Amino acid sequence: MAWVETENRYGDGRVHDACGLFGFVDTSGEAHGGAIAVEALCSMRERGNGLGSGYAAYGIYPEHAERYCLHVMCRHRQARQELDEYLRRHFAVVHDEPIPTRETLGILDPPLLWRYFAVPLTAQMAGRTEADYVVHHVMRINTTLDGAFVVSSGKNMGIFKGVGHPDQIAEFYRIEEYEGYLWSAHNRFPTNTPGWWGGAHPFGLLDWSVVHNGEISSYGINRRYAEMHGYACTMRTDTEVFTYAVDLLMRRHELPAELAAAVFASPLWNELAELPPKRRALLTALRQTYGPLLMNGPFTIIVARQGEMMGLGDRIRLRPLVAGIQGSILYVSSELASIHLVAPGIAQCWMPEGGEPVVGRLGEQPRLPERISHREPAHV
Amino acid sequence: MSSSETSPAQVQPKREKVVRMDARGLAYRALNAQLDRAFAEGATSAHLERVHGQRYIGTNLQRQVRIDIHGVPGNDLGAFMDGPEIHVHNDAQDGCGNTMNSGLLAIHGSAGDIVGHSMRGGSVFVRDDVGYRVGIHMKAYENVRPTVVIGGTAQHFLGEYMAGGVLLVLGRWLPSEAIHPARYVGTGMHGGAIYLRGRPNEAFLGREVGLAPLTLDDHALIEGSSRDSTSSLSSK
Repeated sequence: MAWVETENRYGDGRVHDACGLFGFVDTSGEAHGGAIAVEALCSMRERGNGLGSGYAAYGIYPEHAERYCLHVMCRHRQARQELDEYLRRHFAVVHDEPIPTRETLGILDPPLLWRYFAVPLTAQMAGRTEADYVVHHVMRINTTLDGAFVVSSGKNMGIFKGVGHPDQIAEFYRIEEYEGYLWSAHNRFPTNTPGWWGGAHPFGLLDWSVVHNGEISSYGINRRYAEMHGYACTMRTDTEVFTYAVDLLMRRHELPAELAAAVFASPLWNELAELPPKRRALLTALRQTYGPLLMNGPFTIIVARQGEMMGLGDRIRLRPLVAGIQGSILYVSSELASIHLVAPGIAQCWMPEGGEPVVGRLGEQPRLPERISHREPAHV
Repeated sequence: MSSSETSPAQVQPKREKVVRMDARGLAYRALNAQLDRAFAEGATSAHLERVHGQRYIGTNLQRQVRIDIHGVPGNDLGAFMDGPEIHVHNDAQDGCGNTMNSGLLAIHGSAGDIVGHSMRGGSVFVRDDVGYRVGIHMKAYENVRPTVVIGGTAQHFLGEYMAGGVLLVLGRWLPSEAIHPARYVGTGMHGGAIYLRGRPNEAFLGREVGLAPLTLDDHALIEGSSRDSTSSLSSK
């Protein structure tokens, strides 16, 4: 993809990795300004190298809450023209506008950024669900419209990302002006694919956002499995395939986050053998059914959708993940200090085990895992 | 300078010079540069306030000085250090004491993954829990032996590829007779000793290690190390 080559101004598609992740959900539903995510992410500046940062925010478009919001990037005017025509052929566009940005030192040659609030045209849905219809068109745009790219496509959420450091991308997109109850954020240190605007994290499809640190060495088999189920992997990156795997398991096959986690980071066979019989039977069946979606290699991800956030690391924890609870807010991050920075005095922090999901849901008070909840808090 | 020319009577008692620094908003390079300058100018100890994830604090520091850290320090705290005493009055992150040569790192809380990574000497004492792969690649040489004492429990792959030194896990949260939660203990280990309080999970021991009853020497070592740890962690 020519776009990829033009935006990696360092020409270094392959350097070592240590991306920074941060996310939080206020399970009471209260909205918080983007400055929290920005401050936390910027404290982990060393984890990235300026080749990509981004933010996903939920609850930010209450006035359009029932419409799909498509955040799009276009490399040139012609691409935007074609994309505009395409969207109006397949959606009723209720409102559209440029995504507000400001000129920012160090942000070079940004693409044209636009957002559409739209509803699918029922006459064209042909028996598909709304969500499947949206996925279909996002895939078509990303594979066939040269120079156009859909960044996020969910309701009442949006993804803001690009090539730059966390503070630069935040300033550019005016992140502090948004208020959401759930935020995830990413500071990129690209490894196997170049830094470019569309390749920054979070990755999105429908209201999913995925931020990822690490490297999925099972990419080939994961990708083939996603493609068998109708997903077009256009970006040659493991995070993209992870996003589609999440959509397949958690939306289409309706697995709860905890079971999807057991697919992505299944216990080792010798650990399965030690589990109580019912749990062992369940996890063995999942492993047998969804073996091709086992994510091998070092990774930590934060996955989010409306009302739900999950942090998950690989089964032998080759990438860091820490979690914390303060009041109704659940935090997850690559580094503990970032949580303490935005939640001063936080008393309940822990290190999840590899493969142990940390899940926060609207309306559910987050709780410490059973294995450590009996301990006295380390600090007050 | 030749030490033989200085008789004990001529040595002046060392005067304490304490510096305080507010780390809020400082990038790690700036903070570490300030710290280096203070010690070069004769400070004997430094109090760092409002630390929030700055990396490499005390890295490669080769002086008999003390650093007190308030807030959460970043990764690779005290890496390569040779001599200092560092106290963290909170939790710490990953890579504490990475390849340290000598000195003392006291974490008055929990620490993250790979505590004591490739450590060659000195002591790391952690009051509470630690993450994965603690003591990975620790090594000893002649009479130089690194020691890591954990007051709480450790997560998995404790002592991975360990080549020397001592890892002591006191498990103070654990009920007696409980199975220690650490799995894959000593995977790839080929030297040194790990002392675990509680029953090790034998189904998940590293393939390269075996269990042995404590000898009198072991008892003495455990007693000495836990006493040192307790005294460092109870000092303020």
